Amino acid sequence: MFDTIILMLDATMRVATPLILASLAGMFSERSGVVNIALEGKLLAAAFTGAAMAHVTGSAWLGLFAGIGISILLSLLHGFAAITHRGDQVVSGMAINILAAGLTVTLGRHWFQQGGQTPSLTGDARFAPIQLPLAETLQDVPLVGSLYSNLLSGHSLLVYVAFLAVPVSWYLLFKTRFGLRLRAVGESPNAVDTAGISVVKMRYSALIICGILVGIGGVYLSVGQTAQFIPNMSAGKGYMALAALIFGKWKPITAMLACLLFGFLDALAIRMQGVTIGDFPIPVQAIEALPYVLTVFLLAGFIGKAIAPKAIGVPYTKERE
Amino acid sequence: MSQAKVPAWVNVALLPAINVLVAFAVSALLFLYIDISPIDAAKVMWIGAFGYAEGFGYTLYYATGFIFTGLAVAVAFHAGLFNIGGEGQAYIGGLGIGLVCLTLGEYAPWYLVFPVAVLAGALFGGAWAFIPAYLQAKRGSHIVITTIMFNFISASLMGYLLVNVLKPENTMATESRVFNANSWLPKMHEMLSPLGIEMAASPLNLSFLFALLCCLFVWLFIWHTRWGYEIRSLGANASAAKYAGINYIKVIVVTMLISGMLAGFFGLNVLQGELHQIKLNFVEGFGFTGIAVALMGRNHPVGVLLASLLFGFLYQGGAELSFEYGVDRNIVVVLQGLVILFSGALEHMFRPSLEKAYLKFFAKQGVA
Repeated sequence: MFDTIILMLDATMRVATPLILASLAGMFSERSGVVNIALEGKLLAAAFTGAAMAHVTGSAWLGLFAGIGISILLSLLHGFAAITHRGDQVVSGMAINILAAGLTVTLGRHWFQQGGQTPSLTGDARFAPIQLPLAETLQDVPLVGSLYSNLLSGHSLLVYVAFLAVPVSWYLLFKTRFGLRLRAVGESPNAVDTAGISVVKMRYSALIICGILVGIGGVYLSVGQTAQFIPNMSAGKGYMALAALIFGKWKPITAMLACLLFGFLDALAIRMQGVTIGDFPIPVQAIEALPYVLTVFLLAGFIGKAIAPKAIGVPYTKERE
Repeated sequence: MSQAKVPAWVNVALLPAINVLVAFAVSALLFLYIDISPIDAAKVMWIGAFGYAEGFGYTLYYATGFIFTGLAVAVAFHAGLFNIGGEGQAYIGGLGIGLVCLTLGEYAPWYLVFPVAVLAGALFGGAWAFIPAYLQAKRGSHIVITTIMFNFISASLMGYLLVNVLKPENTMATESRVFNANSWLPKMHEMLSPLGIEMAASPLNLSFLFALLCCLFVWLFIWHTRWGYEIRSLGANASAAKYAGINYIKVIVVTMLISGMLAGFFGLNVLQGELHQIKLNFVEGFGFTGIAVALMGRNHPVGVLLASLLFGFLYQGGAELSFEYGVDRNIVVVLQGLVILFSGALEHMFRPSLEKAYLKFFAKQGVA
């Protein structure tokens, strides 16, 4: 029983990692007033680029940088459309998602001729699991040993990065001048502009941070978790991260908790296969749909209220024509 | 603003045309990169989609699906609502249509099944759009997010139904049993041949005509009814409309119901017209592409019709392309993405320079 719980929590951490990174990314963008439904596309593009680069160079690190790079580029494209040309942010996000879905498969087939997959990554082209100090020694200690050695130790570097990114993001957003300005841009761009701070610059910086974080999340999918890129491997995780962001009310810690909850539900769905209550088998799909259903309930105000940044989705116009 | 000085056709026709051309130009670069001559590719696509009768039938068949999802997005846009849920509404609407075909189809011929299927598609698709609409109107949850969530919920729901309820025993594939052949919508070539018109066999079916009717309906509804007027007022300026006594909740709900119904009709073409069974993921992203169709069509039924033809062409042409060159069909998805990017998100990029150029040109004319 205890081992089962450990196993499930372990799975939860792995599933939650890309969600956490993507929803932190979304948080920076949306806190600055730019709606980001493009997280899905950025995850996918970063996963592909990361795996392709890691395969070609044999270095997971270069893969990571390439993945982050492409994700930043897509973020800048999003910014170019949504900030510079005041285009519709949702449409721009959709375009990026669709572009990423098409380009990854087309280029993947052209480069590797494996139906859009990249060859499997081995050795240095992967982020190997990190054994925390004393993990092996403590293995046999009851409870603590299992918790430490099996749950906390033995993850890929990027998992730790994701969990570390949460307090860092919190600090950046709520304890620094930059964070204050960034949040202000999302609430009242006019006031920020009046104070002599460039709305455009703030939003672009937010999008660049967004690109870095979601890029790491994407690379984790292909280089950390699976060791290969598979077409459409983001499979809705970007949207789920968006749901977690709303669920966490645009705050880092609560967003992380929402990601962990969603990750746990995912692990549960796999465990629940074939489990019945009385004569009624629990449908796996019902557990899969739970995060989305919960988000709908939250948005409807049935379980607390999710208040979005005020200026979200509104392009800023400096001069009224 | 300089808009007043520029005639409407510049904004309605020229600007979208330029945006699409730029999208095509960028995709041409991609074609070059993967060692395909863009001109040859365009030729293959053009001939594949329009050059022979069967291909043209396929083009119109795909266009039919895009008309439904495109109109759905367009109607919602008029009220200022962004309905991203076309995918889910088409999926659930298709469930309604499929259930009618599976049950009623056993006993009745297609001309009796069809109207019931239309109702069922409208009912199911409408219902799936109703919940997000109601939540937006009454509880202030955002329609974009709720409809995205509903897309996923519909995918899980359909997955459950197809695996556990609709799948006949002794099969591995997640699909319902095949509808009784009596309930299949007649193909166009079958309908036209008694009239002496010979057409090549293709999946193009009766629902194409129904789609055209829907275009007409949307045009009448949006521009020639009181409801349509209220919808447009709300979309133009929500607070002004509210002050003018327009019932916000009613208009939001009605608009989304119509939108969901239109998306729900998607199954008529694909399920009752062609697949003849409910399959997993039969919507295949047509709901999302509907957004591009509506954007390009400037939310007008005529525009949606033309944009649907364009996307039908891209789809069928893309199929030919992958057949001819062995490239992935997803290259068409890239084209779609670029079209959405340039004619949607970057819609305004070329406007200022285009207006400037136009005015400069005409100022000269005026002097001369």
